[in-house]
Amino acid sequence: MRIAGFLLLLSGWLLVVAALALLPAAGARVIFLLAGMGVELLGLALAFRSHLAPKEDRG
Amino acid sequence: MSETRIAIAIACLMIAPLAGAGLAVINAGLGRARNAAHSMMAALCVVSVAAGMYFICGRAFQGFSGGHSYVILAGGKPWDWIGAEPWFFRGVTTAEPLLAAWFGIIAAGLTGLIPVGAGAERWRLGAILASTALLAAITFPLFAHWSWGGGFLTQLGMNYALGRGYLDAGGSGPIHAVGGLTALAVTWIIGARRGKYSSEGMPMAIPGHNAVLVLSGCMLAFAGWLGLNSAGAVLFAHVEPGRVPLIALNTLLAASGSALTSALITKIRFSKPDASLTANGWVAGLVASSAGCAFIAPAEAVIIGLVAGALVPFTVELLDLRLEVDDPGGAISVHAVGGIWGMLAVGIFGRFEAGDAGQMLAQTVAVSTILGFVLPLTWLLNRGLDRVIGQRVRVDGEVQGMDLYELGAGAYPEFTTHTDDYR
Repeated sequence: MRIAGFLLLLSGWLLVVAALALLPAAGARVIFLLAGMGVELLGLALAFRSHLAPKEDRG
Repeated sequence: MSETRIAIAIACLMIAPLAGAGLAVINAGLGRARNAAHSMMAALCVVSVAAGMYFICGRAFQGFSGGHSYVILAGGKPWDWIGAEPWFFRGVTTAEPLLAAWFGIIAAGLTGLIPVGAGAERWRLGAILASTALLAAITFPLFAHWSWGGGFLTQLGMNYALGRGYLDAGGSGPIHAVGGLTALAVTWIIGARRGKYSSEGMPMAIPGHNAVLVLSGCMLAFAGWLGLNSAGAVLFAHVEPGRVPLIALNTLLAASGSALTSALITKIRFSKPDASLTANGWVAGLVASSAGCAFIAPAEAVIIGLVAGALVPFTVELLDLRLEVDDPGGAISVHAVGGIWGMLAVGIFGRFEAGDAGQMLAQTVAVSTILGFVLPLTWLLNRGLDRVIGQRVRVDGEVQGMDLYELGAGAYPEFTTHTDDYR
């Protein structure tokens, strides 16, 4: 899950970069940019979730 | 570069190191007494290692606008990825590259100081220095190149008509967001302090040992920020020296608005204003002001500060209570969250000539880059380091205190030490 979170972060950024390089229309570019940010937020949430300490390690 | 600009930049760079001094003192005050000397020792060594690594290769990777760099063509447009200047400051002889290198070496040290606050009380000195070496040699110069060295983020305006490309005068992104996200990666890797969370996941409040140090550090940091923001704006955003007073006003107003908001929120929530959160609010205001200090009006600086100050108490609580991220110095809330807010604020409030409508998109691409590339990179580097040398101190070191365990002497040898409850 930890690695998946970081891969989602990276994928979101690549989506943003690809949108800039490949899409000429401003509207489509903005939509893909927002989609990329959404994927990144998902990855960030997963990264936080995966770093919660296991119960046996607490205390 | 005119002589006036050179003189202004030199004057500002003279006081900029006070920002690092302020952060070091704040970090020491927010930790427990048994770790205070270790915290200050780490700060001094971090600045030294960062300076060394930046001298060896950091400056070469950061480069400067118009200098040598590696460029690839994508979609018919040039994407400048990394600087390709000579190592060891070779060829840095004229005023502009010298001043940029001077700014860079201070900024690399400041970036390295940020994670020290988050990893306090359980991060080994050797690991801190190794992590700083990676930060000053790779992570910081890379994002600094993209922000200040003519990299692809600054090219967004020219290549894709996104405003003037990514703008960040004083370093909300390259210094603070990079440092803050490195702090997050480090806290994820080394985990929470012993006794911070109960078996049910409830956090224990572990107060800092010296509020006077923390609040004095805020004043030192403010003086340093005046230099940092002004020098960055003159060197990288190419603003006229006549705008330096505006930059100073914006910096002060953002910090003031932010500190008062944090104080007010903590007063409402806990019935008394919290000194450490107010101090963190002050620094968050400074952090958020950095990117846009040269492009906004004073009233907008106040709004940026108000938002930064409101973000601090809530994100500190979110990280501490819900996400179980143990950050004794508040580095993630102050520098990562405040820095990202500062980056976005340029797009919201920045005042530019007509035709700069895409500025918000350029700033968003920069935020996407820092979250989607810099955070995984810094996590990977620090995770690799942890595998090789182990970043966290042994249990007896944490119980004894880092001062005695790693340095062999406490910060306050004449004080009576009491046994605390957080063993």
